[in-house]
Amino acid sequence: MEGGVLLAAFFFLAAAVAVVPFAQRWGLGSVLGYLAAGVLIGPFGLKLVTNPTDILHFAEFGVVMMLFLIGLELEPAKLWRLRRPIVGLGGAQMLATTAAITSVAYFAGFTWQAGLAVGMALALSSTAIALQTLSERNLLGTAAGQSAFSVLLFQDVSVILILAILPLLAVGTGVIDPEHPIDGDAVAGWIRALTVVGVVAGIVVAGRYLLRPVFRFIAGSGSREIFTAFSLLLVVGIALAMQLIGLSPALGTFLAGVVLANSEYRLALESDIEPFKALLLGLFFISVGMSIQFDLVIEAPLQIALLVAGLIAVKLVLLAILGRVFGLGRDQNLVFTFALAQGGEFAFVLFQFATVEGALTPEQTAPLVVVVALTMAITPLLMLLLERVIQPALASAAPKRPDDEMEPQDNPVIIIGYGRFGQIIGRFLHAYGIESTVLDNDPDHVEVLRRFGSSVFYGDATRIDLLESAGGDRAKLIVIAIDDVDKTVEAAGAISERFPKAKILARARNRQEVYRLMDAGVHALRRETFDSALSLAGEAMTMLGAHPYTVRRNMRLFADHDEQALAKGYEVQHDMESQASLARQMRDELAGIMQSDGADEVDDDDRHQGWGGD
Amino acid sequence: MATVQIIYAHPDPAASRVNKTMVAAVDGAPGIAVHDLYAAYPDFYVDVGREKALLAAADIVVLQHPLYWYSAPALMKEWIDRVLERGWAYGKGGTALQGKKMLSAISAGGPPGAYEAEGYNKYSIDEFLRPFERTAVLCGMDWLPPFVFQGAYGTDDTKVSDHGQGYRAHLIQLQGEGE
Ligand SMILES: Cc1cc2nc3c(=O)[nH]c(=O)nc-3n(C[C@H](O)[C@H](O)[C@H](O)COP(=O)(O)O)c2cc1C
Repeated sequence: MEGGVLLAAFFFLAAAVAVVPFAQRWGLGSVLGYLAAGVLIGPFGLKLVTNPTDILHFAEFGVVMMLFLIGLELEPAKLWRLRRPIVGLGGAQMLATTAAITSVAYFAGFTWQAGLAVGMALALSSTAIALQTLSERNLLGTAAGQSAFSVLLFQDVSVILILAILPLLAVGTGVIDPEHPIDGDAVAGWIRALTVVGVVAGIVVAGRYLLRPVFRFIAGSGSREIFTAFSLLLVVGIALAMQLIGLSPALGTFLAGVVLANSEYRLALESDIEPFKALLLGLFFISVGMSIQFDLVIEAPLQIALLVAGLIAVKLVLLAILGRVFGLGRDQNLVFTFALAQGGEFAFVLFQFATVEGALTPEQTAPLVVVVALTMAITPLLMLLLERVIQPALASAAPKRPDDEMEPQDNPVIIIGYGRFGQIIGRFLHAYGIESTVLDNDPDHVEVLRRFGSSVFYGDATRIDLLESAGGDRAKLIVIAIDDVDKTVEAAGAISERFPKAKILARARNRQEVYRLMDAGVHALRRETFDSALSLAGEAMTMLGAHPYTVRRNMRLFADHDEQALAKGYEVQHDMESQASLARQMRDELAGIMQSDGADEVDDDDRHQGWGGD
Repeated sequence: MATVQIIYAHPDPAASRVNKTMVAAVDGAPGIAVHDLYAAYPDFYVDVGREKALLAAADIVVLQHPLYWYSAPALMKEWIDRVLERGWAYGKGGTALQGKKMLSAISAGGPPGAYEAEGYNKYSIDEFLRPFERTAVLCGMDWLPPFVFQGAYGTDDTKVSDHGQGYRAHLIQLQGEGE
């Protein structure tokens, strides 16, 4: 970095800005974009930055911050609820994967000690890659996301253990006596354990009782940047303390996050740390991209490819089995499996540590480091493969079974999508004695509804053959109540073409969707939140003292007016300017009507003429 | 003490002078309750069970409303159509209202002179209220002479507030007679 820090920073930022937006736009996700940017400016690309490992160490702090933020989102109670997946699923994953990789290494000619070192290091997945890929897709809250998170958390804890075990695996530096393996270290071990417990307890207690007053004091001082500085200080400080006692900094800050999850400063902390985390994490991905040693790949392309494929395959298979054992549904299990099928950033640290301790030789670790980096880079690609190819293929293959089971249905109404929206329609019609044939693409949902005796079938809305068996050509009405507008449009188009006699009813979220659905041939539309919002608005006016009947009439007036605006807006839908002026005009008009209502200025004398006064 | 249930219908209470004053005047009088139909059923969905319970508990039922097109505002009519069910209010087994009293409390835009044979409207208020009278009698209720305010437009405030006080006194007197 001859040009100094500024120049390096310039290259990093420039590369990120140049590559990431395109990756996002093409739906590849930011992680892949950063990795590509790293390759681009790295020693094997334009050679603009040449010391990736230094930067990698610095940028790993992004992972620490990420875990702090995740901790902030996780209240202790929620964490406690996750104990089964963390210990069970996480533990099983570590054991199984370590065992599998160790034996492969052993048969490939490693000593069992070296094999075990490799196995443990490679069993870890990448917290940064996995969590970022999941959160980018909004999947962290799903069962798959929670399971992945649990496994990663357990791995973080395991790192401590692995760091303790690695020196014992050093061949030649000391023969391990199987009877008294760590005899000499026993006392030190106790002290260490006590320190660890002490520090962790310290974090919890301080987080509970000390931090709040400090935060209050600093927040009271009113200077925003000092609050930010303190937030950073907190994270950095905890990370340092953890490093000092040999625990994972990520784990420590995670813990601190959990402790602070209930505090009133959570949101402020989050918004303070978030930008630092995002940038550092980006830097981290860039440096992973830079550190891929392509010369090793070129030297032994076949061997590296085989190792990469092998590592991913082993992980995929084991994760899939475990996910299944731990009760993940098929789709969730796929996401879980694909998200975690890579080596992790801890492997870099562990390999380095293992070489220093003499458990592994540099010749052994060099290709493995490349393999880990490559698997990390491949994860986003795997996720794309899952999303674009595997899931669609499974989705179109899966309904085969219910398709066979479905007797031709004769109900006058078909409801597609039986969530909260569709259910209300179905229940209302049912109360009239009108039965509907229901299609839903959530297997669990279908299962439950079937138990209640409804004729519910698993299937995708856009499958016209499925609608045929559902009785599409005999149905009077087809209600599309799914919340995916693209699918609704597709389904509506197919239905009006294939079953022209059926009237199509659909839900829309907003104006744009209304227009799209009108074009797709939908006969009746409701904006899903409009009625409930207006109803609550009416309640609000009533509480402010307006008379319920007047409010009622004005709600209707408002709705009709809005409907008109919607119709007028349809004509100018592609012209932002006239849309805006239309909206303004309609709004003023409405206010004019509603505010004059009830206070109209008709001359009193004029009125009383009507019934005989003069 | 006899209980009075006022069934009140005014579609535009914000613009009301007479009826608003009347309602305010009886407020707090023991044994007199006002039930605002347009507030309770802004969407015209009359809860028949609830209304029947109100009527069953009352000795004197007052229908209070402004005269609209020589009749009652629409929700009052809807209320009558829905609540006075056959088998409950009339017809076989329909004895729920028998022996109770019914009073119409009306306000009219037209002045007293307009409701005479020679006047503008040709007929008296009593005659315009015949449908209500027959309804009460058919349900076995005693039809009381209506309590009427005429010439609502342009009247001065004292007349209106006097009418309110008169209304209160009238109802209290009816309560006493009901003993
Ligand atoms: C729609 C409508 C119809 C009316 N019809 C009559 C009528 O037929 N005869 C009459 O004397 N007054 C009629 N009026 C006048 C009302 O009876 C009068 O405004 C009301 O009784 C005043 O009472 P308030 O101040 O409580 O609103 C009518 C008023 C409206 C708004």
